[in-house]
Amino acid sequence: MTYARDVAALARKDLLLELRARDTLPAMLLFVVATFVVFHFALPASPSRLAASGLLWVAILFTALLGLGRAFVPEREQRVLDGLVLAPCDRSAIWVAKSLATLAFLAAAEVVALPVYALFFHPVSGSTVLGVALADLGICTVGTFVGAMAVATRARDLLLPLLFLPLAIPIVVGGVGASVVGAPGRYLGFLALYDLLFALVCWASFEYVVAE
Amino acid sequence: MTDPGGDGDLRQSVPVGRSHRIPLPSLAAAALVLVTTALALVFFVAPNDADQGFSQRIFYFHVSIAMTAYACFVAGAWQGFKHLTRRDPGADLAGYVAVHQGLIFGSGVLLTGSIWAKISWGHWWLWSEDQLVLFLVLFLFYCAYFMLRYSLEPGPQRENMSAVYSLFGVVLIPVSFLAIRLAKGLIHPVVFTRHGPSFGGWILVTYCVSQAAMLVLAYTLYRVELAGKRLDVRLRELKEVLV
Amino acid sequence: MIRAQGLGKRFGEKRVLRGVDLELPRGGFVVVTGPNGSGKTTLLRICAGLALPSEGELAVAAGRADIGYLGHEPLVYRELTALENLDLYGRLYRVSERRERIGMLLERLGLWEVRHDRVASYSRGMTQRLALCRVLLHDPALLVLDEPYTALDAAGAELLDLELAELRGERTCLLSTHDPARVAPLQSGRLELSA
Repeated sequence: MTYARDVAALARKDLLLELRARDTLPAMLLFVVATFVVFHFALPASPSRLAASGLLWVAILFTALLGLGRAFVPEREQRVLDGLVLAPCDRSAIWVAKSLATLAFLAAAEVVALPVYALFFHPVSGSTVLGVALADLGICTVGTFVGAMAVATRARDLLLPLLFLPLAIPIVVGGVGASVVGAPGRYLGFLALYDLLFALVCWASFEYVVAE
Repeated sequence: MTDPGGDGDLRQSVPVGRSHRIPLPSLAAAALVLVTTALALVFFVAPNDADQGFSQRIFYFHVSIAMTAYACFVAGAWQGFKHLTRRDPGADLAGYVAVHQGLIFGSGVLLTGSIWAKISWGHWWLWSEDQLVLFLVLFLFYCAYFMLRYSLEPGPQRENMSAVYSLFGVVLIPVSFLAIRLAKGLIHPVVFTRHGPSFGGWILVTYCVSQAAMLVLAYTLYRVELAGKRLDVRLRELKEVLV
Repeated sequence: MIRAQGLGKRFGEKRVLRGVDLELPRGGFVVVTGPNGSGKTTLLRICAGLALPSEGELAVAAGRADIGYLGHEPLVYRELTALENLDLYGRLYRVSERRERIGMLLERLGLWEVRHDRVASYSRGMTQRLALCRVLLHDPALLVLDEPYTALDAAGAELLDLELAELRGERTCLLSTHDPARVAPLQSGRLELSA
């Protein structure tokens, strides 16, 4: 399928760019560990499992924001995005590719973050990992979309958190629920629903964000 | 193939005198009548709630304002949809005004909800109130709508982004509501059962009148603001032609 | 190839283009001239499909796969090499025999030696030549070039002259320039925009 090939070509380009620059992923790793340390000092000794789960999700969300802020920078500098928009491929492929690349970075950061979290605070359950995986999908699809919007404006970095956080609130609810509750099925199902709904809306409307 | 120095370009980019079916003055009059009636019913006619007493009266407005705000957001999203699919020239401005009204009424929800919470429970804010929390999230979301708009130069890109964002809003409303419910882990009683098993008679009438009043008020304000904005745009277009 | 009537474009309240008529037959070569701010770039962007006109009618008989656009920006990734950039575009435009074509273009435009260097290390003239490679890569039927000579050095300009001369008659070209004399021998029509 040519759509898949376009996505592959674009995603490859994004991963290549990050490999060259080598700034976003290390920054995300450092940031998430530093955040955990700050949390330790910000809370009274030994936070409960409930509180610590909340912290995990806050950390994930803000680490993701860090990565998302960088996502469309190569395209917006010198308007390279025009070049992609001119190509005969479906514009939504640009969004899919960017989301996949961001997902890769976020997942890589979490591969380090989760063990560190388990070390500092509480052990991580299987449902938490599953919740993180589903949440990552939502974060990257919606975040990349909103990142494309933010980067076209004057305010850029200022606008991204404002646009992203209200949309991310349901993700946090689903994620924390999955981490904490004894029967996480409902919360995981909710995360899946969120991912599906918003992926659909993003996919259908990305065209209008990048082209007239 | 040279470019003619055209100055006879009085074509409108946005329709000003677009014919809405109901004329504005009668709308305003209807709003006035309904709001007065609603106030009268709420404060003098509707029976006192057994356990809540006076504070419950605010609830009539709280719920009607909330429903009106939802209607405004949905209307905004519908205008956005029209803009994207049909390239309707007036849709962008109409959507903007609808969202603006939605935000105003949304603030009203937060205000009335807060007052009710203080009277009923002694706190200015209650995380246990689903509707209130939902409107807090929506408030943040739609404030960001305005920040987005102000961050872009007027033009097709701003219109597209606004339209897409309002569509996201309408998807967010049910999803957030579900999330808030899940966050509490229990089922919250829906408003109609709050008033006890017999929701009828004057309570129903009062609620319906308040709801109608809020909707008509919102629509009136929407029409007023829209007309004003369209006039602004037209004025600027004319100035440009004269220059 | 392109037929436009009464084209106009406004950004908010600012009107950039007004009442432009354009007729570009297949195989034609139209040169657009005019002072800065007359809307040349906007007109070309509209013809390339990057912008929609606010008013007027436009018919372009070429889809995205058949249009090659060169704007003020080279539209290449600075952190990637010439080869990587062209490979990406080659895939997106579904260019057949991609590697051979890329190699041929790089050589024709004098960039073969630096093909593995990142674009950030190129001079402005070299970057513009790479942009030309990008434009010609998929052998578009319609070329829309916005002041292509501006960023080129003397050698690059001569290469562009050669390329344009070869394409004349076979492909359709819409070009804007501050130096109409240079392309005068090739042109089939002229459009003058006023500010």
